[in-house]
Formats: sequence, C-alpha cells, structure tokens
Amino acid sequence: MQFELTDEDRMIQDAARDFAQRAVAPGAAQRDRDEEFPADIVRQLGELGFLGVKIGDRYGGAGANNVGYVLALREMARACAATAVAMAVTNMVADAIEMFGSDEQRDRWLKPLMRGDLCAAAFCLSEPEVGSDSTALRTTARRDGDCYLLNGTKSWVSSGPHAGLNLIFATLDRSQGARAVTAFVVEPKTPGLTIARVEDKMGLRGSETAQYVLEDARVPVANRLAGDGEGMKIALGVLDGGRIGIGAQSVGVGEAALAEGVRYAKMRKAFGQEIAGFQALQWMIADTATELEAAWLLTLRAASLRDTGQRVSREASMAKVFSSEACGRAVDRMLQIHGGYGYTRDYPIERLYRDARVFRIYEGTSEVQRLVIARALLKEQ
Amino acid sequence: MDFKLTEEQQMLQKMCRDFALNELKPIAGALDREARYPVEQVKKLSELGLMGVAVPEGEGGSGLDTLSYVIAMEEISAGCASTGVIMSVNNSLYCDPVLKFGNAEQKKLWLQPYASGDKLGCFALTEPGNGSDAGAARTTATRDGDSYRIEGQKAWITNAHEADAAIVFATTDRALKHKGISAFLVPMDAQGVSVGKHEDKLGIRASSTAVITLDDCRLPAANLLGEPGLGFKIAMATLDGGRIGIAAQALGIARAAFEAARDYAKERQAFGAPIATLQAIQFMLADMATQIDAARLLTYRAAALKDRGVRYTKESAMAKLHASETAMAVATKAIQIFGGNGYVREYPVERHFRDAKITEIYEGTSEIQRVVIAANVLKEIS
Repeated sequence: MQFELTDEDRMIQDAARDFAQRAVAPGAAQRDRDEEFPADIVRQLGELGFLGVKIGDRYGGAGANNVGYVLALREMARACAATAVAMAVTNMVADAIEMFGSDEQRDRWLKPLMRGDLCAAAFCLSEPEVGSDSTALRTTARRDGDCYLLNGTKSWVSSGPHAGLNLIFATLDRSQGARAVTAFVVEPKTPGLTIARVEDKMGLRGSETAQYVLEDARVPVANRLAGDGEGMKIALGVLDGGRIGIGAQSVGVGEAALAEGVRYAKMRKAFGQEIAGFQALQWMIADTATELEAAWLLTLRAASLRDTGQRVSREASMAKVFSSEACGRAVDRMLQIHGGYGYTRDYPIERLYRDARVFRIYEGTSEVQRLVIARALLKEQ
Repeated sequence: MDFKLTEEQQMLQKMCRDFALNELKPIAGALDREARYPVEQVKKLSELGLMGVAVPEGEGGSGLDTLSYVIAMEEISAGCASTGVIMSVNNSLYCDPVLKFGNAEQKKLWLQPYASGDKLGCFALTEPGNGSDAGAARTTATRDGDSYRIEGQKAWITNAHEADAAIVFATTDRALKHKGISAFLVPMDAQGVSVGKHEDKLGIRASSTAVITLDDCRLPAANLLGEPGLGFKIAMATLDGGRIGIAAQALGIARAAFEAARDYAKERQAFGAPIATLQAIQFMLADMATQIDAARLLTYRAAALKDRGVRYTKESAMAKLHASETAMAVATKAIQIFGGNGYVREYPVERHFRDAKITEIYEGTSEIQRVVIAANVLKEIS
C-alpha cells in the first residue's frame, strides 16, 4: 500500500494544474454562457500530450498510465468540466485505437489526433432508444465491396460538431446481439454522416453534444477497428477507463465547488461573524471534504489496479458511482452555503451545480454501476 | 501509488481472519448475551502478537507498521467487535503513548509486559462531566515532594475491570485549562484506585466499561508520562492514532454485517427466486460494499501517513467519521435485508447494529470529527 505520487505523477499533475488554471479556468463561465466549445484549448491539450495521456511517445501521447490520466483529468475538471469531457472522450477513443488498431491505423490516426490536428475525437455508442443496454444497437453496418454502409442514429455524441474523428459502433446483424457489434473509425466529412441536432443541455454547455444521422454512410473496410463482431470487446475494453475518468471529473468539480463554498463562507458575515464559524456550515464542509477524499481514493485505486493489467470493472464502477454522487452532494451543499447568490450566475457554483448532474448519468448511470457492483459481489463467497 | 498489500500483510490478514472465523465468530453472540470478557481469546491474541502490533520487538511488540495494525483490527473486529475494542485500547490508547512519550525506564516497566499481552492497559481521559471537551478535566494532580496525589473520577473506561494499568490525565492547575493537564501511569492496584460497576451497554457488551475513582491516590513522580503540562498534547496525539484503530474496528463490524446480508440474500427465497436477484437488494449490497471500500481506503491512507511520520489529524478524523457512519449505515441495511430475522438474536446482524453505534461515539464523536475536519479544511483553502 503506497499512497504517494511518483515524481512522474507529480510532473503530470503540475503541468495539468498549471495549464488548467492559466488557460482553461478563466474562460469557463463565458464559454458556458455562450455555449462555446473550447476548440483552441483542446488543440493545446494535444501539444501537452493530454489528448492521449496513456498513449506512447512515438504517437505523441504523454506515455503515462491510468494514475497519470486521472491526475490530469481531475485538474482539468476543476477548471472547466466541459473541457474535461472533451479531453476524456478523446483519450478514450485514442485508447481504443491504441489497444485494438493495426500498426497502420495507429500511425494514420493517433499521430494527428495526439498533435491536436483533429481537435477532439468522439465516441458514438448510445442511440436515441439505446443507452445502458448497448447490446441492443439499431445502427447497422452492411458490407458493400471494400466498404461498409452505415445506417442509423447516434445520440449524446460529446464534441460531435468539432470532432475530427469518430468511433462509431454498429451492428452487422441485429438478431445477433453483442456478437455482431463492430467499431468503425469514421471521418467527419464522410458522405451520409450528418449532424442532425446539437442538444440544448442543462450543463456542460461548452461541450457540444450532437446527434448523428447515418444514411448509407460509406466507410472503408480499412477503417474498421479490429474484426467484424469485435466492437463490444472494444467498448468494454475502454469502458472501465472511461468510468474511472468520470470519477476523476467528479472529484475535480466537487473540489472546485468545495473551494467556492469555503471561500464564500469565510467572506460572508451574518450575526456578527463569518458564516464559516457556524457548525451547520462546518458540517457541510467536513462531510464534503471527507466524501471527496474517499471518492478520490476509490478513483486512484481503480486507476492504479488497472495499471497492473487486471480487470477492474467493479472498482471502476465503485469509483464512478461514489464520486459522481459525492460530487452531486458537494455542489448542492456548497450552493446552499452561497444562499441566494448561489442561484445566480454571478458565482461559479451555479455552473458547477449544473455541470455535476450529468456525472450520474453518462458512461453508465448510477443504476448501471450498482448492477455491475452487485453482480461482482454476488459471485463472491 | 500502489494499492496492494505486501506479502507479509497478506499473511497477517489471513492469520487474523482464520483466528476470527474459528475462535471469535462462533462465540461472539454468546459473549454478547452474557456480557462476558473473552479471557481465553485475549490470551490467544497475545500469543499471536496482536496486543502490541506496532510496538518494536525490542519493547515487547510485533514490530509491524500501523497499516498492519489496521488490517489486524478489521479482521478481529469482524469476528467480535468487543474483542476488537479490547485490542484497540491496549494497542492505540495505552501502548502507543507509552512508546512515544515514555522514558527507557518507563518503557521497561509500563510498555514491554503490555505490548506482549502479559498485562492489559487502559486509557482514562474522559470524566463524568466532560467528554469531547477534554481540556476541562477536573481530576487533579497535586505535587507533594517526590510524589503526586491524584483525586477525581474517570468515566467510560474500556478495559477498566481487567486492566493492570491506566494512563490517567489530571490537571495540576485548572486555571491553565488544557495546558495544565499531565499524564500519569497508574497501576490499577494502587492505593486509592477503585473501579465502579460495569456499564450496562447497548453493544460491545463483552468488553468492560466502568468508572475509575482515584481517591487520595499517591504516585511516585517517576510515573509522570512525558513533561508536566504535556498531557493534553499526549491525549490528542494518542487519539489521532486511536481513531485509526476505531475506524478499523468499524470496518470489521461493517464487513461482518455486509457478508451476513450478502449470504442471506443468496439463500432467502421470495417470489420464486433468491432475494439477491431483486434490484432493491442488489442496490443495497452495492452501496454497502462501495461505502466499505471507501472507508477502508481512508483508513489505510491515514495509517500510511502515520507510518510516514507526517501530520495525519484530518485524515484520521475522516477515516473515523466515514468508517463509523458506514458501519451504522451498513448494519442498518443488513437488518433490512434480513427482515424480521434481522431483528432477533438468532442472527448476528442485530448485534452488529448495536456494536456499530459505539464507533460513532467513542474516541471522539462524529461531531468532534467534523469539527476537526472543518477546521483543517478552512485553514487549507484560502
């Protein structure tokens, strides 16, 4: 048991914190108001290696591990949740290409993606009527010569309008369930791929979330990642890492909220003293700090175990459900400390409150995480 | 960053788990019903080296680290929470301060036989009139030549009936408040020391709890632990470590309740299937396990910080707060999963529920932990 960061971990954390506080945090409120995607920032993340924290040097990634990844992502989320989600999804797609792509595919996509040339990458699994039950995909892929024709609708595509690369999951045969799911790397200008709408969301408003429509979208066989029917393996292969990432985002946003709440409580006076002097508020602060520490340790544990190469579905789900729910309570309590001011856009807590709500939903709802955990527990004796 | 236990720690864990399973779990219910101190089991704990886990071998202990102590405490407490607290008081509240603040002479007399488990220690800080506000101690110590005269009452003293010695906190000058408090090593058979009736407790009924009265108790000045006036500091430093022990005890209780509920859910049939197939039950189990893992990580982290010799006051308060509240929440859910069977003494979860409650109270209530945490967080964030 060793809780200390290595020198390398510290370098990544410091680099991420420096960039996040200097370049990302200052514009976060404005981007939220304007629904502006942080395209320039995402490209700069590429220069820092943060679009592929775990991707090796030769492709331009940071060459770190899962612990380095959660350290960097937490810093980004502390500054701007919308930027963090663009970073997280790009990392997830990069991981998929790195883990399952051929040498040629890695050379072709990872290098420009890591450089930031493609801006963000998008991960397209969910559909209007398929969320948690991802084996029931309706988007189809039909082989046609040296291409596949993709048809269907993909929803909740984070960074969609700005993604230079899309990882799209489709089924070769709906009657075959998970066994027929196949993954394709689809470039944005592919004929037949259109952005049908951009969602008008409660939070993460700086992260544009799109719905894609695929109408005979022609994708070369060379763009298929791994083999026919291996899509679910890919999705599951990056899912644990994705969930650990939401743990880190939740902790980052929760910590940002805690800092806002504490600063306000030390500044605001009532009944002749700082409101931070009242136990009612101290309780909120103590509980929030404790829960966020626990959330962070669960997240680090999942990341660290994943670095040893073992399967961490249960640990990743624990990190995700605990952290996202701790974050939800954190933003709620810290908004309460702000009173009426917390309900206005004059203070960052209002945005954090909205941003936090999605953590309990995306990349597997809290309910799905609990099912994953329970399934693992019931196997134990 | 490494979340794996060392081979040595895994072996210790297995040894303690086997002992708890074979020798504590089967009798924990009877010990509780009869409010019977586990004499034989505590003797075996000594033989296993568990009464002075983190005390160096040269001082009679096992020479392991705090993390090992936490691992052992969780396992023993999962078997029997009363046995857990007996062990915790001797390790954290008695041996630890003597090791840290005692001189060579004192360690020989007051540490070695206790760390080896030949003798048992207790810790006498709280009084009938003050608990969390330890600076308000009324027990007095009056210097008289080369001895001290101690007068007063100490309350809620775990192990009081079986202990051979107590660390007693007393004030030499009440006007100095916490700065007037000193710590003394008091043999329980000293003239003027008497132990009151057994408290009739909700839980941890196999451990003794009583008032200790000191009436014209005369001690040689050599029994002063640390410097005069250092008592409050000794008490607070000791409690930082003690809280890690209680967090580990709470973890053990929580795990026992969780495992009982999980196994019951797989057996118990309703609507034609084991209740473990129902989402309502699955979600409870998932939350219980997640909370326990979170509490364990906080506890391990606090222990690791203590071993590194850095300040860990906030972290041990977080571990204690989260683990004790987890124990209570998990035991509550465990009873719910058992339904009516959870409410009767034929099944262990009602005992876990009663045992869990004390972890939210002793060695600093949940409220005190929150005060400690908030004070630290308010200092850290500017």
